[in-house]
Amino acid sequence: MELVSFPLSTMIFLPGLAGLVLLLLPSRWIALHRWVSFLVSLATLALALTVLSRFDPNVGDFQLTESAPWLPSLGISYRVEVDGLSLLLVLLTALLQPVVFLSSWGSIQDKVKGYLVSMLVLETGVLGAFLATDLFLFYVFWELMLIPMYFIIGVWGGERRVYAAVKFVLFTLAGSLLMLVAILYMAFQYKAQTGTYSFAYADWLAVQLPMAEGFWGSPQMLAFAAFALAFAIKVPVWPLHTWLPDAHTEAPTGGSIILAGILLKLGTYGLLRFNRALFPEAWERSRSFFMILAVVAIIYGALVSWAQKDMKRLVAFSSVSHMGFIILGMFAGGVVATQGALLQMVNHGLSTGALFLLVGVLYDRRHTRMIEDYGGLAAVMPLYTGTFLLATLASVGLPGLNGFVGEFLILLGTYQSQPVAAAIGATGVILGAVYMLSLVQRVFWNPLSHEENLNLPDISWRELTSFAPLAVLMVWIGVYPTTFLSLSEKAVQKLLGG
Amino acid sequence: MDAVLGLVLLFPLLGALTNGLLGHRRGWSKKTTAAVALLGSGLAMVAAWVAIGHWLIHFGRHHAWYVKLFSWIPTLWGQTTSGQLAPFTVDFALRLDGLSAVMVFFVTLVGFLIHVYSVGYMDGEGARGYARYFAYLNLFMFAMLTLVLGANLVVMFVGWEGVGLCSYLLIGYYFTEGWCASAGKKAFIVNRVGDFGFLLGIFLAYKVFGTVDFAEIGRLVEGNPSGYEGYLNAVGLLLFVGAVGKSAQLPLYVWLPDAMAGPTPVSALIHAATMVTAGVYMVARANVVYRYAPEAMVVVAVVGGLTAVFAASIGLAQNDLKKVLAYSTVSQLGYMFLAAGAGAFGAAMFHVFTHAFFKACLFLGAGSVIHALGGEQDVRRMGGLRGKLPTTYWTFVVATLALAGIPVFSGFFSKDEILGRVFAAGVGDLHGYGRVYLGLWVLGVVGAFLTAFYMFRAVHMVFSGQYRGEAERLHHVHEAPATMAWPLRILGVGSVVVGFVGMGKAVTFGADVNWFEHFLHDTAPVVATAHLSLGLEWVLILLSVGVAGLGIFLATRFYTGPHAFQTPQHLTQRFPRLYALLANKYYVDEVYEKTIVKPLERTSYFSWKGLDTVAIDGTLNALAFFTEIAGDFLRFLQTGNVRNYVLWILAGAAAFVVLLAV
Repeated sequence: MELVSFPLSTMIFLPGLAGLVLLLLPSRWIALHRWVSFLVSLATLALALTVLSRFDPNVGDFQLTESAPWLPSLGISYRVEVDGLSLLLVLLTALLQPVVFLSSWGSIQDKVKGYLVSMLVLETGVLGAFLATDLFLFYVFWELMLIPMYFIIGVWGGERRVYAAVKFVLFTLAGSLLMLVAILYMAFQYKAQTGTYSFAYADWLAVQLPMAEGFWGSPQMLAFAAFALAFAIKVPVWPLHTWLPDAHTEAPTGGSIILAGILLKLGTYGLLRFNRALFPEAWERSRSFFMILAVVAIIYGALVSWAQKDMKRLVAFSSVSHMGFIILGMFAGGVVATQGALLQMVNHGLSTGALFLLVGVLYDRRHTRMIEDYGGLAAVMPLYTGTFLLATLASVGLPGLNGFVGEFLILLGTYQSQPVAAAIGATGVILGAVYMLSLVQRVFWNPLSHEENLNLPDISWRELTSFAPLAVLMVWIGVYPTTFLSLSEKAVQKLLGG
Repeated sequence: MDAVLGLVLLFPLLGALTNGLLGHRRGWSKKTTAAVALLGSGLAMVAAWVAIGHWLIHFGRHHAWYVKLFSWIPTLWGQTTSGQLAPFTVDFALRLDGLSAVMVFFVTLVGFLIHVYSVGYMDGEGARGYARYFAYLNLFMFAMLTLVLGANLVVMFVGWEGVGLCSYLLIGYYFTEGWCASAGKKAFIVNRVGDFGFLLGIFLAYKVFGTVDFAEIGRLVEGNPSGYEGYLNAVGLLLFVGAVGKSAQLPLYVWLPDAMAGPTPVSALIHAATMVTAGVYMVARANVVYRYAPEAMVVVAVVGGLTAVFAASIGLAQNDLKKVLAYSTVSQLGYMFLAAGAGAFGAAMFHVFTHAFFKACLFLGAGSVIHALGGEQDVRRMGGLRGKLPTTYWTFVVATLALAGIPVFSGFFSKDEILGRVFAAGVGDLHGYGRVYLGLWVLGVVGAFLTAFYMFRAVHMVFSGQYRGEAERLHHVHEAPATMAWPLRILGVGSVVVGFVGMGKAVTFGADVNWFEHFLHDTAPVVATAHLSLGLEWVLILLSVGVAGLGIFLATRFYTGPHAFQTPQHLTQRFPRLYALLANKYYVDEVYEKTIVKPLERTSYFSWKGLDTVAIDGTLNALAFFTEIAGDFLRFLQTGNVRNYVLWILAGAAAFVVLLAV
């Protein structure tokens, strides 16, 4: 007898339901809200680990399926299941959520309940989107994420929070509405080919969409483009990225961690899961197009990052560059590059999440994100400096830490088929060092020039605790990536082979 | 016994972690720090020597001892040039053979001595800084030994970037000084430029060979050299880009002189004896690729030869003692590449080996001088220190003689070997590039003259004549404490004796006692070129010793005696432009600043303000703005007044009718 009969559904809905319960309790019980949210996120993590323990990595197919009919006449069902692709990202989500709650313990003091409830509902949306294999259900979860994120940026954000929140929503909606059209089109096509409606991912794999010679106009290309636009905005693929620096910079620390750590991965996950599998010919034909955009993003993101004066904006633009690597690996194809891209999704979540977390630590003390307000902090905050340095090194891909394994596999795999793209992309490795080490120098080295910084307290135990799991994983993945690569290998092989 | 090889890495790593994680605690005294650090590096040395002994006894020098610690990157399937699927796997594996044994031997020895020296040298630091320093230094040992022992390109790359990190941290050790922090950053970034090439080299190697393991690549190439033609040149050149960065060759040498911002023992260990020679080691490690890649080899030789003379000429006009040594290091590394590029990989490694001793000795001696003078580094404000610092003086002079290539001192044997081999490559018309090699030989001889001159200039300016600095400093001058003096003595003796293990046949009149070359015969051989007669070899030897002697003679004339400094002053007045060119290091930093750094900065700023904010985001915001305007306008139509709507309906119907009628 297993302790939890429906681990996936329980994991998905536990945070959201807990959030609804908290909504009914008085707002002034702040400590209770904080503790309950934190413990719920830990319970969710425990459930994710339960899923991991029941997961069989030797199977490339979906596992632990939980399904029930929902609107049978339209072929819509509730169906969640996991494979190697989604498992890694689910684990990342479940891990980052408690980190977020721990980090916002001190920084969020206003309307605490609302913030926590938004975060919990958001987690349900994210987990659902990763695990849903009915496209209607997927779309419901996909849109569900949008609302709490809108509030998180718009209510608890920085000075230009409303602008950033509206921009975030408009961008995302523009993409997802077209995706909805494509989803409906696919359901109709399925009916046309088989006689019944279905929204099931597995069914759609069998749908053959016509592919014409021309680039545009053929149904497969259009459906591909509709899906790809929604996901590309989420990633974001250059030049659809301009919502990101605003949203990341204005969001509160926790919001930035979730945005960068997880929400962006929904874009890359979606491309791999849906675009690649459902529209193979269109994918094949648009590969070079996306690889060019990816290479541009790598260099452009790094260059713009270098010019930033705001720490958070710098990290935000670095995401554009890092996500470029992931897109490059995915579209280069091959097991090596794809596995690297998948691992890099996790890596980026860890290292960029950690960087946002650590910038937040500094912001809580000085209430400024401007690089020029700092300098020489290593003298007063040695431990904090050490943590930031670790996250920086992970981000620039130092061997022995996680970022290296991902970038290395992506570039190695890309080089096998597209040496030029890999070579141009690899310059990002140089530029990454340029902008990150410039940041480190201007914040931590140099003379301690600002008097306000003379007595800054070093990183606290609570903050250190929230950073610790990320640090452990950075080293773990760097030294022994097998643990993680073996989880997704079969799924990736199936995806590429099928 | 396999574990012993792992322990070589484990001890310094543990030392680094212990001091790094606990060193900030209040109760952690400097003595504890020093003890941990010395244990870390000392036990590594013991383990390394035990491992070498075990290997010699159980495997013998003709066989490699291969130890797989764990599977690092699991098997993934990738595609090779032939279109076949090849497994991509990286094992965290170590390889002890003749080549790595030599490196491990002196890296652990010199490393340990410099740890000991640092205990005294860094005594003025606070407890926290002390712990940080030794944590980095131990971490460096770990990374360097990983680099040396790595059995494949990727594990070597781990150590390669690891030493770069430690170098970054230690150059910027005095991080509150902006210029130290900048120097550290510069070192890391310039090295990354090299690493970019190294990475592409790894990718291409995997694509061509389907493996990144050194032994496997060796077997494949030896088995079918012509099958990989063309690719070998490309692999060799890409890897060499990495070597150019790490070993500070033209055009990427610019970080090394700046790296002197770090504490002097760091300059001795990392930026003279060990890390910077990693590029030479890598080329020697991959010699199977180069031996069948003539063009790559010539490029290696040309870059090395040009760098040797170029850096030496800058060394003529430097007044910072450490900078003189830094340019000398760049120049000597050039000699090593010159040897490797002429196919004399063993000779290159021999110079790596002897150089480690005498250059570490020189840097530690410089450190002793700087320490004694309370931080003074300018040779113009030194002088007459011979009597005050006797130990420092004799070790410094011995090491200088070795560097200048004076017989019986170690550098003589290795440098002579290099020049002889390059000459032979020229005479033997190696790969059809005989003239190039002959030209490079001339450069090498010129470099030997310059080396002897600038080094004795430094010796005389520091130790001879009258003290020229502030009287206050002279007051406090004291000979180095025991922890600093003993490493100096040991390295001083080393600078003399280590050369005897690799005496060429000419020197011994035909007796074959070149143990070093035999030891490396399997792993870093010497490509056969022309055989030089004993007489010709002796002519070459006398020539190179002669130019070195001339350099010493001129330096002594110029910088000692009653007329000291008159001739150099006269020369600088006579050729002001040439002097300015040398003193300003050919303005290379300025040129890079203007042609690379500034344009890149401008591009960066433009990408942000011009492209991102205006072009991309501006377009979208304009779109949003027009939508809003359009909405505002259309809002006037929605008056809520039914009569207005009826009017519009009528207008629409009328228009429709008109349209139909037309």
